[in-house]
Amino acid sequence: MEKLAKEQKTSYSRDAMRRLRQNKVAMASVFILLFISVMCIIGPYLTPYDYAAVDTSALNQAPGAQHIFGTDNIGRDLFARIWMGGRVSMLIGLLGALVVTVIGVLFGGISGYFGGVLDDIMMRIVEIMNCVPYLILVILISLIVGQGMGALIIALAITGWGSMARLVRGQVMQIKEQQYVLAAQALGAGPARVIAKHLIPNIAGLLIVEITFDIPVFIFGEAFLSFIGLGIQSPGTSWGALAASAQQLLMFYPYQIFFPSLFISLTMLAFNLLGDGLRDALDPRLRH
Amino acid sequence: MLKFILKRLGYMLITLWAVITVTFILMHAIPGDPMSNLARNLPPQTRANYYAKYGLDKPVAEQYVIYMNNLLHGDMGESLKYPGRDVKKEILRYAPATARLGLQAIAIGLVFGIVLGIVAAFKRGKWPDYVVIIIALLGVSVPNFVLASILQFVFSVNIPLLPATGWGGFAYTILPSLALSASALAVYARIMRASSLDVISQDYIMTARAKGVSSLSLVWNHVIRNAILPAVTLMGPMIANILVGSFVIESIFAIPGIGSNFVMSIYNRDYTMIMGMTIFYAAVYMLAVLLVDIAYAAIDPRIRIYGSRQ
Repeated sequence: MEKLAKEQKTSYSRDAMRRLRQNKVAMASVFILLFISVMCIIGPYLTPYDYAAVDTSALNQAPGAQHIFGTDNIGRDLFARIWMGGRVSMLIGLLGALVVTVIGVLFGGISGYFGGVLDDIMMRIVEIMNCVPYLILVILISLIVGQGMGALIIALAITGWGSMARLVRGQVMQIKEQQYVLAAQALGAGPARVIAKHLIPNIAGLLIVEITFDIPVFIFGEAFLSFIGLGIQSPGTSWGALAASAQQLLMFYPYQIFFPSLFISLTMLAFNLLGDGLRDALDPRLRH
Repeated sequence: MLKFILKRLGYMLITLWAVITVTFILMHAIPGDPMSNLARNLPPQTRANYYAKYGLDKPVAEQYVIYMNNLLHGDMGESLKYPGRDVKKEILRYAPATARLGLQAIAIGLVFGIVLGIVAAFKRGKWPDYVVIIIALLGVSVPNFVLASILQFVFSVNIPLLPATGWGGFAYTILPSLALSASALAVYARIMRASSLDVISQDYIMTARAKGVSSLSLVWNHVIRNAILPAVTLMGPMIANILVGSFVIESIFAIPGIGSNFVMSIYNRDYTMIMGMTIFYAAVYMLAVLLVDIAYAAIDPRIRIYGSRQ
């Protein structure tokens, strides 16, 4: 019985993978994301210039043979800075989505599974959080936790788990009424086992899709905060911070804003397209 | 209907009180106190006077009672950074510019988003459909500050058609409104395309077509009314998006609105201003969501009946 269940599970995920691989747009997104990730790791070593090194003899240079992406207003190599900034942006996107998923699954799972007063209280908390535009809340939190990458992730995650919790709660409430859950409970399975063995595997597909859509939200959130001066501080950098400092020089050195903007947009686009592809691939309704 | 509105209004006031309280707690949870950074270099006596002036020498609980009491009387206090500037007056002074931009952006996003979505649905699989899909994708993937920079560069640096920054007549509002509306437009185009496709495949559309209803009347009388419901639910998040978007857009275009002043207050760590503006933004947002819900109930009788029975 257990073997059969396992086989079906693998065939489902294999099936989903097969469908994803057939989706050219999604696969192109995967390659773009892989390329950007690899460049974020090795990029800073591909240029002889350090990302924080100031060179007053080469201020605001246009992209060329010496500096591939040019230099900024205090002569720092933009190629090195783009990939160092990319590390921060990508890490905040990935870690932020991960933290939010953990909080959201716990919160929504408990709320949806047990219901009653606990559910009421927990959902009121989420509702109050939803009454303030998300990024304003992030700004308030980041005034308290301070700046830097860790603080940014905390600020974005503290405020961002509401929608994930709602999603998980809705799913859990739906699934817990299913007969196989009743059967498991009748056979003596406790809440922990039901949640781990039945609920989470059933919502895993939806979670993966949601995470994929959350990552660009966090990348944008970080860029937004850096843009209004609450994000990564110099000499550290991120795509948002690079775009922000280049924006002030837009009239004179438009190329400086081109690369950070390009990579933010490209990354967000690729995650959105991959999310669409994953949703189509994992949606059981489209299976037959 | 009236009962529904009153109930929601009461609920909104309670939530607003919760938001104000949380904001107050957050502002006082900041390491040090609101004045510590600004009053660092003042002589002790002056500093003590300043603390007394803003009531910061009292216990936090007492400060909370005073703040709430003042708020009830319409007093939001004075700016910490610029003594003498009344927070409420500053907000009222800057609100019109932000309101104008926001309303224009919502109008652009709604109208163009809905039109593009319906066009795409009727031309499914043909080139207009692909154009709309690409617009919708770019709209959600290109951050608004990037779009703002592109617009600014193309339409006022490269082709000097419109003013790059500042605030004056209608010409000054075009680029910022466009930049602000992009994500709403994209989301609307996408959702309208999907829901129009749903509606088009319904039997009543076929019946209407068979009876010889013209395309325009078909869209106006049947498609929009039915397809717009999912779009109305998205109004809330869209309004939040446009409110927050005003921070960066107003800063980029140097527009004297609440958004750019909020960003300045953050730079200055001007806590009374930050608090006042946060409360203002939250109140505007909640009111907007309430209006959307009322509109929703007005469009769809099913919700009205269900809502009053609850």
